[in-house]
Amino acid sequence: MGSVGFGWHLIRGWAILVYVFMFLPVAVVVLLSFNASQFGSFPMTGFSFRWFVELWNNDAILRAFRTSIVLGLMTAVISTTLGVLASLALVRYRVPGENVISTLLIAPILVPEVVLAVALLLFLNFLGINKSFALLLFGHVIFTLPFVILVVQARLVSIKRDVEEAAMSLGASPMQTFFQITLPLMLPAVLAGALFAFTISFDDITGTLFWKPGGVETVPTQIFAMLRNSISPEINALGTVMIVMTVGLPLLGVAIARQLAKKSGT
Amino acid sequence: MSSVTLNNIVKRFGDFTAVHKTSLEIPEGDFVTLLGPSGCGKTTNLRMIAGLLDPTEGEILIGGRRVNDVPIHKRNLGIVFQNYALFPHKTVAENVAFGLKYRDVPKSEIAGKVQAALDLVQLPNVGDRYPKALSGGQQQRIALARAIVIEPDVLLLDEPLSALDANLREDMRVELKRIQDQIGVTTVFVTHDQSEALAMSDSIVVMSAGRVEQVGTPEDVYNTPASEFVANFLGASNILPARCTGRDAQAAHLDVPLFGDVPIPGDKTGGVQQGPAKLVLRAEKLLVLGEGADTTGLITAPATVETVDYQGQTVRYFVRVGDEQLQAINMIDVHPFAEGAAVSVGFRPRDCAALPG
Repeated sequence: MGSVGFGWHLIRGWAILVYVFMFLPVAVVVLLSFNASQFGSFPMTGFSFRWFVELWNNDAILRAFRTSIVLGLMTAVISTTLGVLASLALVRYRVPGENVISTLLIAPILVPEVVLAVALLLFLNFLGINKSFALLLFGHVIFTLPFVILVVQARLVSIKRDVEEAAMSLGASPMQTFFQITLPLMLPAVLAGALFAFTISFDDITGTLFWKPGGVETVPTQIFAMLRNSISPEINALGTVMIVMTVGLPLLGVAIARQLAKKSGT
Repeated sequence: MSSVTLNNIVKRFGDFTAVHKTSLEIPEGDFVTLLGPSGCGKTTNLRMIAGLLDPTEGEILIGGRRVNDVPIHKRNLGIVFQNYALFPHKTVAENVAFGLKYRDVPKSEIAGKVQAALDLVQLPNVGDRYPKALSGGQQQRIALARAIVIEPDVLLLDEPLSALDANLREDMRVELKRIQDQIGVTTVFVTHDQSEALAMSDSIVVMSAGRVEQVGTPEDVYNTPASEFVANFLGASNILPARCTGRDAQAAHLDVPLFGDVPIPGDKTGGVQQGPAKLVLRAEKLLVLGEGADTTGLITAPATVETVDYQGQTVRYFVRVGDEQLQAINMIDVHPFAEGAAVSVGFRPRDCAALPG
């Protein structure tokens, strides 16, 4: 008994250390973003929202924010639409080469992002197409699509075909059946997929660095650029905002999805 | 309400033929059961009538109208599925009202029709609950209410009782039959359960391996099976090799080893002619008799009890008669016979049927 207890204490201690290692830097950034000192490091000299105010007054950062949000929203909308359609086709219909298509659609997760980024860039250069916002969007759709498909497909498999058949037998056309039955039942997965797409796009730096046209910055590339000059406390504040958005949004999404699922009883 | 006609229907999936050339006439208002083991094509037939599958050949008529090219949502059918298939995100009332939205039913009448349907299935107070709050039997009643509230031309039931517990299944069986009688809708019922088929149907279509084996009233298919398959699928039967020695006005005479001459009444001879034949003897009609039992009108043979399968009210014996092992299901008279007991077995010729050999 004693040795078993000791083993468990060890495991528990180790687990705590792992969490500390993972989250301490995040906590430090959040903490320092409220530091009144003009150096972005310890010791803290007082509590202040000063850096958030400066952030708000920094045009470059605001522009980057706008770009990131527009890009994230468009990525989410396009990825989710394509992902839902692809999942429907793969799950509900017999498509020739189903497995190959499925693997190809999931592949961007497996390929290192740098490889994907360079490949897309070279390919478009080869075609004589210049870097543009559309290219950036295209790239983001490519590597958020697998996440949407994985989530939506899993949900769709669990929606029984006979529920849709019942709706059609009662007089609903295939289109009405989709909007009345299938879509509401897979809505939690659709929302989760959209959130995934948004946060992944919002967070991304590797692909974005390769694809963004000159003069366009997203929040991560803006931070990256600022870091090259100096470590301003503003960056801590920006980091805090990023953390709130990329952690808070999915949590909110999960909570909403749970509520929806609870209501529909599935 | 409408009749349903299948004309030379064939259904193939790739190289596999699920339904061989089948023709079937389901009269208006009848309760017809497609009965058979899994894979016999009964569900395929139902799905073709529903419009969920397209026949490879042949035509389907509902109320005399060819419906091959009419999509499911325009066929005006009520379908009840094995797993209820209620819409989990809609309340019971919304589920039942679903089909009415696609028909020209004035909004003001919908609530009344929904309530009438819920009353009919004896669940008047569950309208604002969600399906998951109901038991399996209740969910299946709601599924039935949803299917009949649209006043379908044909009601299709795809093994609607299989997902329920045994006790509930028998209640629902009575209930389903009552509702069908009350609204008089033409009903096609698919099941693999012979007792459901016998209890509920106006006529039974026994299917095997994509072919119709026999069509008839429950009594017909039970008492006068048209094939060995039917004899064995509906209850347990003993099939004995025999020779037909001749026919007269009343009966066909079968010469059965161990039992001798068995005169089969004219309506149960299965059209056997002189030559090899088979005797069909239901396990319930073969009596195991002790010493001194009254054997008036029985054809008997000495036998030995080999296995006793006690079931409370009845008992199933496996008895040895010569080199044949026969099955007998009898009511128990005080105590069942013991294994190894020397007994005799007997049956009345009119309880038998003949099949061509």
